[in-house]
Amino acid sequence: MKKFTSLILALVLSLASVACAEETGSIYYLNFKPEVAEAWEALAAAYTAETGVPMTVITAASGTYEDTLKSEIAKTEAPTLFQVNGPIGLKTWKDYCYDMSGSAFYDELTNDAFALKNGDAVLGIAYLTETYGLITNTALLEKAGYSVADITNFETLKAVAEDITARKDELGFSAFTSAGMDSSSDWRFKTHLANMPIYYEYLADGITSTDAIKGTYLDNYKAIWDLYINNATCEPTTLAAKTGSDAEAEFQLEEAVFFQNGDWEYGAISEYIPDENLTMLPIYIGVEGEENQGLCTGTENFLCVNSQASEADIQATLDFLYWLVTSETGTTTLADTMGFDIPFKAAKESTNYFKKVAAESVAAGKTPVTWNFTTMPSETWKNGVGAALTDYAQGTGEWDAVVTAFVDGWAAEIAAAN
Amino acid sequence: MEKSMRKYWPIFVLPTMLAFLIGFLIPFIMGIYLSFCNFTTVTDAQFVGLANYIRIFTDPSSNFLHSLWLTSLFTVVNVVLINVFGFVLALLLVRGFRGTNLFRTVFFMPNLIGGIVLGWIWNLLLTGILDKFGRTLVYSEAYGFWGLTVLMLWQQAGYMMIIYIAGLQSIPDDLIEAASIDGATPLQTLFKIKIPMVMPSITICTFLTLTNSFKLFDQNLALLSAESSGKLKLLALDIYETFYGRNGWEGAGQAKAVVFTIIVALIAMVQMRLTNRKEVQQ
Amino acid sequence: MAREKKVKVPQKKGSWILTLIFSVISIAYIYPLLLVLINSFKKKAFISRLPFALPNAKTFVGWENYTNGLTKINFFDSFANSLIITVLSVILILLCTSMCAWFICRVRTKLTRAVYYLCLFSMVVPFQMVMFTLSKTADYLKLSTPFTIPIVYLGFGAGLAVFMFCGYMKSCPIEIEESAMVDGCTPLRTFFSIVLPILQPTYVTTAILETMWIWNDYLLPYLVLNLKKYKTIPIAIQYLKGGYGSVDMGAMMAMLVLSILPIIFLYLFLQKYIIKGMVAGAVKG
Repeated sequence: MKKFTSLILALVLSLASVACAEETGSIYYLNFKPEVAEAWEALAAAYTAETGVPMTVITAASGTYEDTLKSEIAKTEAPTLFQVNGPIGLKTWKDYCYDMSGSAFYDELTNDAFALKNGDAVLGIAYLTETYGLITNTALLEKAGYSVADITNFETLKAVAEDITARKDELGFSAFTSAGMDSSSDWRFKTHLANMPIYYEYLADGITSTDAIKGTYLDNYKAIWDLYINNATCEPTTLAAKTGSDAEAEFQLEEAVFFQNGDWEYGAISEYIPDENLTMLPIYIGVEGEENQGLCTGTENFLCVNSQASEADIQATLDFLYWLVTSETGTTTLADTMGFDIPFKAAKESTNYFKKVAAESVAAGKTPVTWNFTTMPSETWKNGVGAALTDYAQGTGEWDAVVTAFVDGWAAEIAAAN
Repeated sequence: MEKSMRKYWPIFVLPTMLAFLIGFLIPFIMGIYLSFCNFTTVTDAQFVGLANYIRIFTDPSSNFLHSLWLTSLFTVVNVVLINVFGFVLALLLVRGFRGTNLFRTVFFMPNLIGGIVLGWIWNLLLTGILDKFGRTLVYSEAYGFWGLTVLMLWQQAGYMMIIYIAGLQSIPDDLIEAASIDGATPLQTLFKIKIPMVMPSITICTFLTLTNSFKLFDQNLALLSAESSGKLKLLALDIYETFYGRNGWEGAGQAKAVVFTIIVALIAMVQMRLTNRKEVQQ
Repeated sequence: MAREKKVKVPQKKGSWILTLIFSVISIAYIYPLLLVLINSFKKKAFISRLPFALPNAKTFVGWENYTNGLTKINFFDSFANSLIITVLSVILILLCTSMCAWFICRVRTKLTRAVYYLCLFSMVVPFQMVMFTLSKTADYLKLSTPFTIPIVYLGFGAGLAVFMFCGYMKSCPIEIEESAMVDGCTPLRTFFSIVLPILQPTYVTTAILETMWIWNDYLLPYLVLNLKKYKTIPIAIQYLKGGYGSVDMGAMMAMLVLSILPIIFLYLFLQKYIIKGMVAGAVKG
């Protein structure tokens, strides 16, 4: 019997030691973008097949990236490659960010504006830019008797949308897809749409970030939110459970004309709606001179290499990043499968139609709106605004609560983080 | 016997005790210590005294008292509903009609399904029903509250029913016969004989549902994970999200966990007192 | 169904009404499960729109959701992981804690009493209390694989098991063990040839309780396991809830069905033991 016991002990111990037998470098990427999760997994498999270096990709569900990163990075086999969303994210994770200033990957970067720096140290590098706005089905718009040229500011957008709502039954479609507040969709409003009032406030005050938002343009935020929820495919009371897939399906099945989302949706949409019936309009919120406003282009995808990983893993990860932006497979996947514009020397032109729309908008002299939501103080702030938006839409809360969450919540979260 | 056994302790006790150290005691003590610290990982912990405790009770964005209140309310409602429902099912099923065994099997089954899976099943059903009324599970706290209550009732009632059946069947038949000969109405028999006789079962079931509801996590996570903004977060989920979801709140999350533990321990002590007393009485 | 015949039949008049009522309630009771089954054969776009409709020519997709889900989350891998973790943990817990319980029941010192009360206390502590520190400790000791996580389960689950075994042992006569020892049996031999058979019912009960807990557990393996290599079924299901509009309801329904099926089969075969075990666990726990 003693033998039996010692056998078990030995078994347990030997199993425990199996876990720490790895020596060569490997890559573990904690992916932030669920919509391209499968493309990333395929890319990882291709890289392993080509180089023999093991690579794993795990994708965090939307809204849980910070939680997942926090629990994963505490493990021995922590991610070697992860993302921060900008300066605010960097503040939390800078102790884990490897300085990439001497790396071949950084040398490939074409524009230093895409590097997230702390002094001279390059801690994060944005690997793509994205554009969002009002994705529009022009065929439906024409069926309703309008053309894209009719919409040049908030007033005209509102007139078109309300006219479509008035003739909803006759036309057989609505103006907007559901403004779902499920966690797979609420970021479109609590983050992307909230960028608009922040952008204009920063512009008016000549700043790029702030510790205390004033909320100068919150009435405009209310106006556009009212427009979305009252001219949509569903009742405002059911918004809380509507998912991103719901809105996407509504647009695919031609149940609505406008869909506030970004170029990353192109893959899903192009299966149903041909390019000639598609365009992307700026999100007008009724600010003076907005006729010249363009689409929202920017990035919140800064890649960071985990400085606490082993030497071998760090090197393996840097090698992969270089491969990602220089190799045929890497650049093709980024440009075609994922549809990204990437700021690197060997970048391929993306086949994403919305990229073309964005480029044309810039060529026509429109001013792109920058992504200022990377300066939002925390996830808690976004959730507070999202909750208040949902309550207001359902009729269970007042607009004042949104203002409070936006302005007071901002100050409170800044105070809490410092 | 004792003496000859003693020197065998490394074989009998040591494996369990080592695992117990790793799996409970060390983490528990570290957990208490960390609740007095600011930290992101264990190594960078800085002692801050009671600051975390003050923060969870006074910071307006801490949400602790609110979710404590909600969890308590949820627990009370669940204990009452599950036990009444389970007891009524048991009363009817001990009467012995065709199919009782099959019904018992059916009612008990949901108990075996895990919380995450259950949460998603009910998410489909309840979202579908509420959609007909233009509402959602996350419309307000009340919807999440009752949605979760229905789920728990469905899951736990069968379990309690089985325990009550065991209790009811142990009542001697002649006792009930004697009562009916004495002219007791069925209602009198129920309140004067059956309920007092199954009191031990009631105590057990009460505390079982009490701790199950109070510590609920998986069902809350899966059923209401459609929510973005915290419509209904019971304590366990609130602690998890405070800890992992908010930067700079790790210590506060751990402090919440300590308070949570103290409350659960108090409940358990009351339970032990009560069950011991009942045993003495019998 | 087969059990139905065994009912003792002191059938009173009118009892068919009860049978009828209960039949209706039973169907309502399994309806949520049926609903998931039905929806698992529908196109994903129609699940949240028409959850209560039966699949028709337009919405039926056959096994597509199943094949989709199986590849998407590697269901069979997760199933294997769950199985390995559950089986190993339960065996480890049963063996170690029963030995430990016998020792602390029979050798009465201050130390063993302290161990007993610590175990009692650990039963009460909610997992959130130790979630971070436990995952840190487990990670430090490299316990993040399905083959090593049973040690964590042994540690965190020891309390309940020790308590169950001690409870039963207190009511067992000590004389047989004593006479065996007097006859020259070592304590180990005494344990395995005398105590272990006596404890058999408690082994079954404890095994069932621990199995139910470990098989369905979500947060502990989520925080402790090396997620990039190993997921359990609950983790895989929760992982399907992607974001950015990518929650695939079709695959979700199919995977829910697949994760419930084995439990129902097991339940139908071992019903008697499972119900008895859970009741005994509740009464003593």
